[in-house]
Amino acid sequence: MTRRAPLLAVAVALAVALSLPLLVSNFRLFQFTQVGIYAIALLGLNMLTGYNGQISLGHGAFYAVGAYTTAIMIDRWQVPYPVTIVAAGVVCLVVGFLFGIPALRLEGLYLALATFALALAVPQILKYFEHWTGGSQGIVLSKPAPPWGLKISPDQWLYLFTLAILVVLFVLARNLLAGRTGRAIVAIRDNPIAAQAMGVNTALYKSLTFGVSAAYTGVAGALSALAIAFVAPDSFDVFRSITFLVGIVIGGLASISGAIFGALFIQFVPNWAQDISKAAPWAIYGVFLIVFMYVMPRGIAGALRLAFARATRRGTAESA
Amino acid sequence: MLRRTVLGTLVVALTLAPIVPAMAADPPGVTKTEIKIGNTNPYSGPASAYGTIGKAIGAYIKKVNEEGGVNGRKIEYITYDDSYSPPKAVEMVRKLVEQDQVALLFQTLGTPTNTAIHKYVNQQKVPHLFVATGATKWNDPKNYPWTMGFQPNYQTEGRIYAQYIMKNFPDAKIGILYQNDDYGKDYRKGLHDGLGDAAKKLIVMEQTYEVTDPTIDSQIVNLKNSGANVFFNVTIPKFAVQAIKKAHDIGWKPAHFLNNVSSSLATVLKPAGLEASKGLITALYMKEITDPQWRNDKGFQDWVAWMKKYYPEGAIDDQFNAYGYSVAQTLVHVLKQCGNDLSRENIMRQAANLKNFELPLLLPGIKVNTSPTDHAPIEQEQLGKFDGERWVLFGELYDASKK
Repeated sequence: MTRRAPLLAVAVALAVALSLPLLVSNFRLFQFTQVGIYAIALLGLNMLTGYNGQISLGHGAFYAVGAYTTAIMIDRWQVPYPVTIVAAGVVCLVVGFLFGIPALRLEGLYLALATFALALAVPQILKYFEHWTGGSQGIVLSKPAPPWGLKISPDQWLYLFTLAILVVLFVLARNLLAGRTGRAIVAIRDNPIAAQAMGVNTALYKSLTFGVSAAYTGVAGALSALAIAFVAPDSFDVFRSITFLVGIVIGGLASISGAIFGALFIQFVPNWAQDISKAAPWAIYGVFLIVFMYVMPRGIAGALRLAFARATRRGTAESA
Repeated sequence: MLRRTVLGTLVVALTLAPIVPAMAADPPGVTKTEIKIGNTNPYSGPASAYGTIGKAIGAYIKKVNEEGGVNGRKIEYITYDDSYSPPKAVEMVRKLVEQDQVALLFQTLGTPTNTAIHKYVNQQKVPHLFVATGATKWNDPKNYPWTMGFQPNYQTEGRIYAQYIMKNFPDAKIGILYQNDDYGKDYRKGLHDGLGDAAKKLIVMEQTYEVTDPTIDSQIVNLKNSGANVFFNVTIPKFAVQAIKKAHDIGWKPAHFLNNVSSSLATVLKPAGLEASKGLITALYMKEITDPQWRNDKGFQDWVAWMKKYYPEGAIDDQFNAYGYSVAQTLVHVLKQCGNDLSRENIMRQAANLKNFELPLLLPGIKVNTSPTDHAPIEQEQLGKFDGERWVLFGELYDASKK
């Protein structure tokens, strides 16, 4: 029973996710599409920071690279959009891996600063390559239409498309993290010297984790370019990177489901804060953050796991 | 039998009931007593200084509502924070259109944010009125019939300076300093276009800066050393202060053209030094509210009275508050002109049918004009020269729509 419960939770979540297009308006669906996109980005960052212990304040940069890869390919060469998503992932994998190599020399806060610099630099770099990126004007895209003559709205289609990619990437991440590789990644976080002593190639694993993490975030960025149908340097400021970090901490570090909770948080809580007070929305947001961290120090996923464990323990005690 | 008929009628009536009022329904966002309008502004984030425009608009609408509204309808003004972020703007504008069901969008602020929603609002056929940006692309009624700008665009202003320079400084050696984004580039393009073939000969140096740079001192020194005797200064207030000061300090005395963006006495010229600011030339379309020459002007005094009563927390020396007031007056005028037909089509038709409409805070003689083929409401500007105390207007009104 206890072992099947997580599977059951996944099935229920998937059923809810699949029925959303029938239940909510196109606008809400657009918001949930963004939740899905953020969840993919957060999962990527969580692999790096939560599982591998490398702090990144610059994942907004990979998000931007992914978004621009898609935008440029569609705008310049009329490449079909599903292809561009894969391309965005590959480009970010390479960029992330390469960035991961020098980052090996940087630990903890120093790495955080180096990645922060990346996030700061990207909007300006985008302006510099104006010929490709459209400079500060950005690139305007069209929303992809539903294929195969499906009688659904573009919002519904994009939601389902995002959901499908999310499921694939989540299953891949789970398999990666639950196995040998995952143990090595976590061992490096917990005790790098011991990990090395046991024969883990820490340098390779760290750079690879960086690459995969960037690839996930890049795919998310690519999907966001489609959902917003516009990319511009102003969309990718430093704040986005910080928001991602907020998302994984609130959602739950080193947790796959935490990415979804974190995504729900960064999508909806700023809006609620604005509904509560127009005058000081970010102060309200700050209060939310502090309350969440105080009540659920291990994030939402951690709190749920704890609650679930308590409930089942009591259940078994009673039945015994 | 009778029972069955009654029941049948009831069933039919009940099923039709929800449909009938829907068929006779008012246009989106409009009821007998209210019209809903939507807006996005950067109340937080890097561009939050503009947020006061959104607040000023709200304060003006409060005044209109207290005085009975427009044609018996109160205006419900819904404004959201987009932090100047295009994705956030898309989300908030979709919320306004699809969830709040506003009749129209008004004064959404920012070039990147409006670019992100441009296609969407035109597909949805929602009036997208008087957007708060100086870019040129909003006046494109053929491709984007639902979008309309407001203020004179930056390119127009650049051309005005070019004409003046060609006429008065035939031997000009022009140095340009501009912000490295679409705002700076639009001004630069306006100047280049205005100079035409002479641009290559007259422009001796172009320097740029990033909005995140701490200072622009070295650019000013470079421009001086280039031998330029005409300086086209395309900077936002913070950098305009630096530029005016630095040029003065190093003894560079070119004919100095300052873009309208930084024409405020309170935020630019006074901090830079009134002595150093003497001789600056700019193009104006609004009354500079910190300029003493308007102190006894009726339009200015009404604005001050309104600020004190309806927006006391707003800064009295912030031109943005005068801008918000003026653009809100324009919207109210459009709604009045709509009469009782507040369908989106008619709102757009009336917005594109402003004829010689005058606003109390525009310079004397400047009028708002639109038509189905002209979605640029304000196209007139006049040059002013700073005499150490105020902008002295000179020359004739320049009208971009006629040239």
